[in-house]
Amino acid sequence: MFDSLSSRFSATFSSLRSRGKISKDDIESMSGQIRQALLESDVALEVVDSFVLDIKEKAIDAIASMQAGTNQANAIFEIVNASLVEILGGQARRVRFSKNPPTVIMLAGLQGAGKTTLAGKLAKFYADQGNTPLLVASDLQRPNAVTQLQVVGASIAVPVFAPEPGNGVGDPVKVAKAGIEFAKAKQYNMVIVDTAGRLGVDADLMKQASDIRDAVAPDEILFVVDAMMGQDAVRTSQAFLTGVGFDGVVLTKLDGDARGGAALSIASITKRPIMFASTGEKISDFDIFYPDRMASRILGMGDVATLAEAAKKAFDGDTSAKLEAKFASGEDFTLEDFLDQLSAMSKMGSMSKLLGMLPGAGAMRKEIENFDEGEIVRTRAIVESMTPSERRDPKTLNGSRRARIAVGSGRRVSEVNTLLERFSAAQKMMKQVRQTGMPAGMGAPAMAPPKNQAKPKKRSKSGNPAKRALEES
Amino acid sequence: MGLFSKFIAKIKGENSFTTSDWQELERELLASDIGPGLTQELLAMAHKVKSENAEAALIQTLTSHLSQKSRQLLTNPDGTTVVLVVGVNGTGKTTSVAKLAAHIKRSGASIIVAAGDTFRAAAVEQLQTWGGRIGVEVIAGKANGDPASVAYDAAKRAEEILADYLVIDTAGRLHNKSDLMNELEKVKRVVEKTSPVSEVLLTIDATTGQNGLAQARIFSESVNVTGIILTKLDGSARGGIALAIESELGIPIKWIGTGESESDFAAFDPEAYISGLLS
Repeated sequence: MFDSLSSRFSATFSSLRSRGKISKDDIESMSGQIRQALLESDVALEVVDSFVLDIKEKAIDAIASMQAGTNQANAIFEIVNASLVEILGGQARRVRFSKNPPTVIMLAGLQGAGKTTLAGKLAKFYADQGNTPLLVASDLQRPNAVTQLQVVGASIAVPVFAPEPGNGVGDPVKVAKAGIEFAKAKQYNMVIVDTAGRLGVDADLMKQASDIRDAVAPDEILFVVDAMMGQDAVRTSQAFLTGVGFDGVVLTKLDGDARGGAALSIASITKRPIMFASTGEKISDFDIFYPDRMASRILGMGDVATLAEAAKKAFDGDTSAKLEAKFASGEDFTLEDFLDQLSAMSKMGSMSKLLGMLPGAGAMRKEIENFDEGEIVRTRAIVESMTPSERRDPKTLNGSRRARIAVGSGRRVSEVNTLLERFSAAQKMMKQVRQTGMPAGMGAPAMAPPKNQAKPKKRSKSGNPAKRALEES
Repeated sequence: MGLFSKFIAKIKGENSFTTSDWQELERELLASDIGPGLTQELLAMAHKVKSENAEAALIQTLTSHLSQKSRQLLTNPDGTTVVLVVGVNGTGKTTSVAKLAAHIKRSGASIIVAAGDTFRAAAVEQLQTWGGRIGVEVIAGKANGDPASVAYDAAKRAEEILADYLVIDTAGRLHNKSDLMNELEKVKRVVEKTSPVSEVLLTIDATTGQNGLAQARIFSESVNVTGIILTKLDGSARGGIALAIESELGIPIKWIGTGESESDFAAFDPEAYISGLLS
């Protein structure tokens, strides 16, 4: 997400960089472009205008005090970056844990924002860190919301407190209160209260939400908001702020292609930080929101920090240590190692998501979106159709073995050949790197071979013949 | 028609419309989610209009952006009318399926629905609860099963019992996930082995911003969307994105959702919508 915003910013800055000396007019025109880009990204006008005015003033001050020869474009870039980080909430804030457990987190938001799914993700996130969360089913409104939470809870082995069947039956305030008592009695150290979706304009339901709040005295109230939300984000977030109050914002569906302007508006208007972001359909597609990293992504600098963390999480210690040892001892990198890497990579998430975190991703957005994830599956199928000894020593792969592998993996022999050629090229490259004495310690991110395998495949999708011809040319 | 009322009052009187008045008008227009392009067009228009017909001229401009296509439910004269309901996660597909089914049932036609959202936890149960409430048979498969097979079974069943309508719910999906879009195309293909899909309805959340355009465009490329259900119009959002979609893609809004109960559902009324947008 934020990608189209990011490509607009990239274009603006590259035109700025191409100038030797930046004039006031250049800053005016940059401000105009940024304004347009932000408006197209659903950022509220008042936020856009104050943001643009702020960076314009700072930029003009900066170039006035700057000596000739200093890199003005970079200085302006830094100003925009800093303002973005600030508007997104500055430092990443963590959940405040209560001194007297359980720590109570209450979720609130519009219908369909993704509260129930998020409740599960949040519970899993904290359970993985050694906490003992309890989910409380206080959405008694939407048909089978309770069942949904129970299914989610079961899938992550987190208990769900659901004394009422829901579907309009039961009192959500009582359930929430009883949930806290239950958690205290059973010594859960965290309670996550799921509530029904409600509109900011629905006074009765806002009252109910504040009643739940008063009943459970939450340590954190999180406002859950869809990243695709438009201008109404301003009104709705203000309504929730006055109606129930909230301490932080959670952005959901960030894996879409929305430009996420609502996030900027909400953070800026309510002065509440965005604390978490939900980025996919899997329960693990969830992370702390880092304003600085998001600003980098918006400005097309990529998000290498998140990428590195994802890699660290996916490549377990053993695999990395084994690879490092191998590399240091001068042993060959084999197809078995390659297979380990492929499976670790698929744990990190989709290829398009990973590529999207690289610097300059904004410029290759189309290619990334059209990335054929099946390529990795197919590559894996080929390698998995080999015997362990073949994987260790690909030289033994003669014609008939290759034919067998092709049949086994359902691919063509030519694809098996291509894979092996690329693999041996990668192997040679690794040897060279070692001989030229580059430092070891690159166990985890030794990702060159898979990336070679996985060339983005361009597929024409347009039904318009003229457009297709253009895409294919 | 509040959005322009200040503007009109001022240009009718002797007062001039000040810079800050223009800014306010711009903010209001943008706040309705019609998008920066249409906003600029309306502002340019407002700069030119004569006082006596200002309001009418602006409404006419907005109206000229509406789709010219029919807003009736497309039907299949030769058998079961199959309606596929698609959309992004959380836009209100399951609720809309139930409301549409109740609406069709009230008209006296026979109808069954298919619980094609096999992905989200308890989505099948959600539709079954609705089915019980509105008295409509729900065809369901296994959780995490193949949605295409559920849809196929439902199409077969509809043919067997000569149902007038079959409404198929599908899992929410982000339009930029090509694998999920391929899955949706497969659902449609498989159903069409039995009956043609007459109508593909896309649910758009009224609170959605400019991303709604991308949703409509990509879902259309994939499964040829024939109409839109604009949901959650009972909130403070004005749903201006729907106008942007009609204007840019020509897909007609057919239904609106205005609440959580089955009766909070109505055929789209363009005039009321335009005046709502401006109020």
